Amino acid sequence: MSAIVLFLAVVAVIAGWWLSQQRLASKPWLETGVIDDARGASSLPPAKIGLGVFLAVVGSLFALFVSAYTMRMELVDWRSLPVPKLLWFNTAVLIVSSGALQWARAAVGRDDGEGVLIGLLAGGASALVFLIGQLLAWQQLDAAGYLPAANPANAFFYLITATHALHVVGGLVALGRTTVKAWRGAEPAQLRLGVELCTMYWHFLLLVWLVLLALLTGWADDFVAICRQLLT
Amino acid sequence: MVVALILLLVAIGSVLFHLLSPWWWTPIASNWGYIDDTISLTFWITGAVFVAVVAFMAYCVFRFHHKEGRKAAYEPENKRLEWWLTVGTAVGVAAMLAPGLVVWHQFVTVPADASQIEVMGQQWRWSYRLPGKDGKLGTSDVRNVSSDNPLGLNPGDAAGQDDVVIESGDLHLPIGKPIKVLLRSVDVLHNFYVPEFRAKMDMVPGAVTYFWFTPTRTGSFDVLCAELCGIAHAQMRSKVIVQEEGEYQAWLEQQQTFAELSGQRRTLKATYQVSGE
Amino acid sequence: MVDVLSDTNTGITPAEVVDVELYHPKSWWTTYIFSQDAKVIAIQYALTAMAIGMVALVLSWLMRLQLGFPGTFSFIDPSQYLQFITMHGMIMVIYLLTALFLGGFGNYLIPLMVGARDMVFPYVNMLSYWIYLLAVVVLVATFFVPGGPTGAGWTLYPPQAILSGTPGGNEWGIILMLASLILFIIGFTMGGLNYVVTVLQARTRGMTLMRMPLTVWGIFTATVMALLAFPALFVAAVMMLLDRALGTSFFMPTLQEMGQLMKYGGGSPLLFQHLFWFFGHPEVYIVALPAFGIVSDLISTHARKNIFGYRMMVWAIVAIGALSFVVWAHHMYVSGMHPQFGFFFATTTLIIAIPTAIKVYNWVLTLWRGDIHLTVPMLFALAFIVTFVNGGLTGLFLGNVVVDVPLSDTMFVVAHFHMVMGVAPIMVVFGAIYHWYPKITGRMLNDGLGKFHFWVTFLGAYAVFFPMHYVGLQGMPRRYHDIGETSFIPASAHDLNAFISVAALIVGAAQLVFVFNLAWSLFKGKEAGGNPWGATTLEWQTPQTPPAHGNWGKELPIVYRWAYDYSVPGAPRDFVPQNEPPGGFAVQGARA
Repeated sequence: MSAIVLFLAVVAVIAGWWLSQQRLASKPWLETGVIDDARGASSLPPAKIGLGVFLAVVGSLFALFVSAYTMRMELVDWRSLPVPKLLWFNTAVLIVSSGALQWARAAVGRDDGEGVLIGLLAGGASALVFLIGQLLAWQQLDAAGYLPAANPANAFFYLITATHALHVVGGLVALGRTTVKAWRGAEPAQLRLGVELCTMYWHFLLLVWLVLLALLTGWADDFVAICRQLLT
Repeated sequence: MVVALILLLVAIGSVLFHLLSPWWWTPIASNWGYIDDTISLTFWITGAVFVAVVAFMAYCVFRFHHKEGRKAAYEPENKRLEWWLTVGTAVGVAAMLAPGLVVWHQFVTVPADASQIEVMGQQWRWSYRLPGKDGKLGTSDVRNVSSDNPLGLNPGDAAGQDDVVIESGDLHLPIGKPIKVLLRSVDVLHNFYVPEFRAKMDMVPGAVTYFWFTPTRTGSFDVLCAELCGIAHAQMRSKVIVQEEGEYQAWLEQQQTFAELSGQRRTLKATYQVSGE
Repeated sequence: MVDVLSDTNTGITPAEVVDVELYHPKSWWTTYIFSQDAKVIAIQYALTAMAIGMVALVLSWLMRLQLGFPGTFSFIDPSQYLQFITMHGMIMVIYLLTALFLGGFGNYLIPLMVGARDMVFPYVNMLSYWIYLLAVVVLVATFFVPGGPTGAGWTLYPPQAILSGTPGGNEWGIILMLASLILFIIGFTMGGLNYVVTVLQARTRGMTLMRMPLTVWGIFTATVMALLAFPALFVAAVMMLLDRALGTSFFMPTLQEMGQLMKYGGGSPLLFQHLFWFFGHPEVYIVALPAFGIVSDLISTHARKNIFGYRMMVWAIVAIGALSFVVWAHHMYVSGMHPQFGFFFATTTLIIAIPTAIKVYNWVLTLWRGDIHLTVPMLFALAFIVTFVNGGLTGLFLGNVVVDVPLSDTMFVVAHFHMVMGVAPIMVVFGAIYHWYPKITGRMLNDGLGKFHFWVTFLGAYAVFFPMHYVGLQGMPRRYHDIGETSFIPASAHDLNAFISVAALIVGAAQLVFVFNLAWSLFKGKEAGGNPWGATTLEWQTPQTPPAHGNWGKELPIVYRWAYDYSVPGAPRDFVPQNEPPGGFAVQGARA
């Protein structure tokens, strides 16, 4: 369970930092009158905070998968499956997808409506390619006889990649809505929030994917081993 | 004031129930008297806190309930009091935790001279295995479990041949000798639970768990399953009989070893086949 | 550093407050059924939770009939008994208490108490309720599928949960149970995002964190915890569902069932327990923290005195919330996990007792030199303290690793967790309903019926669960439909069991009085007015009662003071609402 505890420690540090700004040591009964919160009109829109909180939830979910995976991996009879080469291509595509959205976001800043649309379309298309690539990777494994029920390592592989892919699908729905708006000729300023949220979400999923990839390919093994040594 | 009185009665009644009721733990039959002592200590500390808090509350209700013209005091906090209470609580908690951890250390430290026995659970019965003359238990695998080999011993393992197998009888133990109980399960979680021994531990399929204790009282004790294991969970019973060394040895002599059992079965089978022909 | 703001700051016109655009329903359907108004959603959540809670109550009757009078009721067989305990536990912990505290009270009180017009994402909030309802429907459906609901115990421990030796294990019961949990978590996450972001972003002007009522603090912290903890249950449920449906082996080792070698292999049953309790322990505080918060406000309001040690109370809530994530394995002392974990988890578990004890002290110290009105909400608050202290103290037995060894899996555990997270939070639920019903409906609940309900429920529940500890101490294991013959349980213990059952039946029946009171007072209750208890918090200062759509009139309230200005020296009344601008009196006698 070290991955989830570590993740929650990071969340706790962020929460602690935020709480430290909230004057929790003040004596409210001595303060009568208007106090203007630090959180004023200039603060972030609720949707962004909402997405941030949601990402914490998703992060917790994946951290738990990682925890479960590493706990199971510690047992002696662990045989991980060979990771298809295709995953490296998929990873590259996902990076491109994130980059495209970053580009769309920059286009919003430049007030470049066409650029935004191109960025969104490119991001969406490459995310689709990523999903198809993941499916193909599954097919390859399936054809090679690595069935989910055969071995816990296989089951974990399918489950973790599927959960990540589902989150990408969910992101595509949101991205689709923003893209349709852009297609219909909305001003970049109107698209700003949507594009920013999508970009944030995409970067997050890319980060999650890189962590998962490191785990599934066994790169993380050494890291886990070091962590365990530190803990014991 | 009725409310204050009833609150006070709840506190006093709880203490009287604790002191006067006939319902208390069953007399201990193992070396884990320290666990009972820690429970008693915890009862005293927590009981005192419970009575103090409820009595204080009852007094407040009695003394400060609403009357015409009463006005509450205005006191947002009292740092000194809060710190004292915090420190006091920490001391009380430490007073319970420290002995608890010391006893836990004993609980998880198996003495080197402890003899091993094995308990196996399956839906819904208990089987036991004692090491034979070599003092070692042979290896086992759940895949080997069959009607011929109920404990799933490895037929190829020499250490297992002289193991004493008790398929559906009672477990006998000699008094006064530390015993390390190895726990296995073939199907679901079980828990080897003898209330008089105080110690217990889950049995997990795919793993071997353990605990240790020393029987200190002769007699016959009920074995129950303490981890939900399906429909007949409540009927999963057996007995442990703690005996003096001599009686125990006499009993042990009569038990059959794994080799004898499998030999018998082979003979039985052969007989059937012969008579069938 | 004390930052006292002078009165000169009060000349700010409300028009400067940033207001939000509000969704306006157009039809009856969108006003009352597919409503996006948090207050309507709250009532929907609360009614659904209480309805399913009644099912769980009936199940507990059946269980107690069997336990008190084993062999008498031939219609209860061992497998049904297991199904009853499983569904009773699951419903009470998740579908009733979690949903009621967060979905019900959270939805109703957060926007009103922080001075918002509604939740920040009303549409998502609506979805949250409907997915919750779907989860409840799926749960209820398990009673009607072949094989009936699962009887794996509410902890659903594998391997038995998905094997044929357990009711519903190889049929639909477990599948639907897991599906329902997954739906619940999805629905809850939607609601939870709302509660958190509303507290973060939609507080009205002047409502700093340290001016928030403890109710909001409790619900807010509990929601944050739930958002982070429920994924653990989600992961466990998904993995178990795959084990059951696709034959994967996440939690399933090689095993033989009834002499048959199963196709499973290589899974770890302990992994499930870690995931389950990583959710399960925070869950205890997800139920407890809102109760802590609400009871603080009930005590303060009805004792006409500020909550004692407000800052400590806030810090304690935050500390408990954080600590509760590092104590989960105290449910697993006898699970066969590595024994060294016992030292760590016993220590963290007993440390968490300290902030919890501070909260108890501060509640009773709030009563000291108060002006205690023994209203029904106050009575329930007092009963909460008694039962919570009792249940919390027995937690010190079970948290202290070696003491847990003989007591684990006995009725002592059952008595402990019912007292601490069953009876105590339910006392708060009742107190809160008696307290806020006038705001929700505009009418008071009948006082006589309320007092009757209180005494029967409090004394009855105590009579049920206090003696139960001693049944467990004798060694009676939990989840036994019938203890049968043993050498260690005396015959008199069976009389005690029968007594407990009778008390349980009476307590259960008394709840019908409460339900009747809810319905009767809706039409015949005394008119309440806007602020019948003389409370300071914002929800009592709404222009209409019940609060209208949008909560506040044209302008959002501005907050000038903390939530506990009761009996302030020099003030004309014994309470000063949070939105009352500083008047001609000064705060005196406050200790710095």
